[in-house]
Amino acid sequence: MTSFRTLQPANSLTEKVVRFTFDGQRLEGLEGDTIASALLASDVSIVGRSFKYHRPRGLWGVGVEEPNAFVDVSGTRSLVNARATTEMLVDGMDVRSVNASPSAARDRHSFVDRFARFIPSAFYYKTFMWPNWHLFEPHIRKMAGLGVIDPIATYPQPADQINETCDLLVVGGGPAGLLSALIAARSGRSVVLCDDGLELGGSLLHHRAMIDGVDGFEWVRRCRQELHTLGAKVLTRTTAFGIYDHNLVGLNERRPVGADRLWRVRPSAVFLATGAIERPLPFANNDLPGIMSAEAGLAYLRRFGAAAGKRIVVATNNSMTKEVAEAFAPIADVREVDYRRGVRIVGAHGGSRVDAVELSNGSVIQADAVLVSGGFTPTIHLFCQARGKLKWDDKLLVFRAGEDVPNVSIIGAADANFGLGEVFESAGNALRKIGCEAPAMPRLEGHSSSFEIVETWPKPKMEGRVWIDLQHDVTTKDIELAARENFVSVEHLKRYTTLGMATDQGKTSNLAGLALMAELTGRTVPEVGTTTYRPPFTPVPFGSFAGARGGVLLNPPRRLVLENLHRDDGAHLREYGGWLRPAWYGDEAEERAVQREAMQARKSVALFDGSPLGKIEVMGPQAAEFMDFIYYNTMSTLKPGRCRYGFILRESGIVYDDGVLVRLEENRFIVSCSSSHVPGVYAMLEEWRQDRFDRRRLYIHNATAQTATLTVSGPRSKVLLDAVGLGISFDDASLPHMATGWGSFDGTQVRVTRVSFTGDRSYELSIRADRAEALWSRLKHIGQSHNAVLMGLEALMTLRAEKGFIVTGKDSDGMTLPMDLGSSAPLSKKKVDYLGKRSLFTEEAQRPDRTQLVGLEVIDGGGRFPTGAHGVLKTGSGKRSLGYVTSSYHSPTLGRPIALGLIERGAARHGEVIDVQHLGEMRQARIAPPCAFDPEGERLNA
Amino acid sequence: MQLFPCPFCGPRSEAEFHFGGDAGNVRPDEDEVSADRWSSYLYMRHNQKGMSPSIWMHMTCGELFQLDRDTLTHSVAGSKALTEGGHR
Repeated sequence: MTSFRTLQPANSLTEKVVRFTFDGQRLEGLEGDTIASALLASDVSIVGRSFKYHRPRGLWGVGVEEPNAFVDVSGTRSLVNARATTEMLVDGMDVRSVNASPSAARDRHSFVDRFARFIPSAFYYKTFMWPNWHLFEPHIRKMAGLGVIDPIATYPQPADQINETCDLLVVGGGPAGLLSALIAARSGRSVVLCDDGLELGGSLLHHRAMIDGVDGFEWVRRCRQELHTLGAKVLTRTTAFGIYDHNLVGLNERRPVGADRLWRVRPSAVFLATGAIERPLPFANNDLPGIMSAEAGLAYLRRFGAAAGKRIVVATNNSMTKEVAEAFAPIADVREVDYRRGVRIVGAHGGSRVDAVELSNGSVIQADAVLVSGGFTPTIHLFCQARGKLKWDDKLLVFRAGEDVPNVSIIGAADANFGLGEVFESAGNALRKIGCEAPAMPRLEGHSSSFEIVETWPKPKMEGRVWIDLQHDVTTKDIELAARENFVSVEHLKRYTTLGMATDQGKTSNLAGLALMAELTGRTVPEVGTTTYRPPFTPVPFGSFAGARGGVLLNPPRRLVLENLHRDDGAHLREYGGWLRPAWYGDEAEERAVQREAMQARKSVALFDGSPLGKIEVMGPQAAEFMDFIYYNTMSTLKPGRCRYGFILRESGIVYDDGVLVRLEENRFIVSCSSSHVPGVYAMLEEWRQDRFDRRRLYIHNATAQTATLTVSGPRSKVLLDAVGLGISFDDASLPHMATGWGSFDGTQVRVTRVSFTGDRSYELSIRADRAEALWSRLKHIGQSHNAVLMGLEALMTLRAEKGFIVTGKDSDGMTLPMDLGSSAPLSKKKVDYLGKRSLFTEEAQRPDRTQLVGLEVIDGGGRFPTGAHGVLKTGSGKRSLGYVTSSYHSPTLGRPIALGLIERGAARHGEVIDVQHLGEMRQARIAPPCAFDPEGERLNA
Repeated sequence: MQLFPCPFCGPRSEAEFHFGGDAGNVRPDEDEVSADRWSSYLYMRHNQKGMSPSIWMHMTCGELFQLDRDTLTHSVAGSKALTEGGHR
């Protein structure tokens, strides 16, 4: 037995026993333990295997800095790559080490370490070049990665996402953060305090202090109590992982039960009291289990009553470790190695655990634990993310915050204040900056604040394997290799050696690595500089960012007001342009149902829910002038009560939308744009209205959502509507094709517009959405005696394709001009300016070989062409594309396949035969006019 | 997540806004517009480093306005309505 639970009082524990397993072994901890402290108290020395060499590794740290102890958790909830040091032990947890099989202690890949010299830094980059990456790839991929995702585990629930504002956000609940939060809250400020540990206190949880006459732990308790009374929001287990634009701070709260919670906090001021992280000391085999951060050793002892060993070496280059040696003296045999006195460790011995260290003076000390301190690195990640610049402190051997960043203050050990007096003083200074006058400073007793440190960076040509980065297995030799191969920039060094990558992002290792690179290249540490600090500070689950945006809520479809009626009629719903709409009705297979609906629509009458159709009202004395500017076609000549089909172009001349414009009155139009383009067209209209027109004389209102549009189409549509009776005459004389008028249904206004997307006589009935149900039911009821059919979108698509009517974005693309679709009259006739006009007169627009809309007839007796099949032309050197099939259906009306396509010079090539290729298959098509059915349009009045 | 000050609604999250291009890219309205002038209007973007005036639409109120924003630091100097007294 080496590490063990002491009988001393522990600050964080209760006496309640908690049962768990580690790599299948049954173990016990106490309530209040982290997974790590319970493992230490249970004498588990190997907690994981290193990423690359599968070296046995033990606990190094006690918090977020931990590079070794990553575990997968199941049994309670599923966690992957969780830090054992920050995860609370829960009864029933099954904990597994990562990157090890069957267990961390007996890992079958441990042999890899014996081949370490054949797989130095960047060996896999080299396999890209020689002899053949594909030889190695499967093995390297198999070996890579840490935790294993449980494929059947589901996320407990959608993560909450909370937006919060406050006067002051304090990141870090150690002495500096607690004091700041308390004084700010006393002054009436709204305060949020977050800490990534399981409880508030920071270093006061394990360092002795007397503050205001009470011990540090009691002072923390009183602060917490008063913060609660003052109404401050205190979040533990909550990591501030990033600072974003305009002072937005992202927090991830790890809750004991349920999903993590994401906080988006927008504070007026941020205090970073994020503390400092202890660095290792460089010596051979400094990665052996049992070699641990001295601060961590002290914290495990005082907070969890877990002692790292019985024969302990405390090795240090600074003055902070004195307390560590004193704390262990009563329960263990303690030897100190103080680098400040010129003695140092040159190497550690041991197999699966350290058993001795060899000193520079030749002596060997037997030890089962080595607590080391190579100094402290302030946690300046968030300061750097907030665009803070760093400066190098030659005396304290740290990068520390340089000039102030607006609204961000850095205090305590995070600003390299290592004595409690300085820590409180830095908090006081920051408080004064945000306007807290003369904050009362706590009274300290018996506390010395002087911090001393000597330089102990790793040196070139050190004996043995001296580890810099424990998680990614980077040694001094790897850094030397990178220097030899000229990867000397700090960003190259990181990518080439993987120093500072992976889940811990080098929190313990970066500075030592770049100090060695400085030495190797004859530069100073600040000349080498740091890599860029980017969010997140620690890994954040995807679930936190996703929140409730999953499943059907990822991109919720818009729903028809008549959806329930359609469902009752057996509609198969699909998403079209963001709307959930009936694709077809009934129990038949899709193909049969669509053919039946289309056939019956041509023979008798179809009822179709066209509610998503755009209904943007344009009103005012400038409305006609505005419509002329917006549309490619001249619209001001339209008579009230009439409709006209037209295109809306982008300034580039490309067709953005097509549709019917209705002129209801002299100064009132309705833009019936495509269903999927309504928001875009509306924004476009608003933009040009504000840019070029008088907003007092022009108004735009999008009435799409509050108006349902029910379409009645087919030879018997007039008969059906006559029977329904809407108080309006459906005679061709009073309501001809492309005319509009007002009727009423049970006292509600109905706008009847005679336009056709099917090629048959059609009427669109627009009514307020809440009255649509009654009208639809009536249409269906009367329709029974007229052989009416409910028609879904698929049948409508077939009917419109028979007529050669396009769907923009399907039968046109990002190159299509209106002339390519056969509309060129406005080019010569329309004199006033309109959107995209100049673009239609460019060299490109006038090219004779543009792709143009055509019909494509199947002449080889085969079935319909696949949409997307290319027309091809054989050339001397092979073949090239002439364009492609944009729409393709089987026409029940014509009893043959039909297709539309965009084909080079197509308009002038009707009758020609071209090759059509798809997935290697070559067929033939005859180019035809787009309209395959009723080219004279006689059915509009049939 | 940036905060943009809509001149009509006050500070709002950037997700509520739609970019409308560089300020000052005036549509050429003269009768004869050269191909160069037109293509410059359509495609030439200054991609200015530093303080840069741009046009944005606040999608929730539908109003266009000018935003003066530093493209390097993302700091916002201010915004203004494009019409006086709400009228052109």
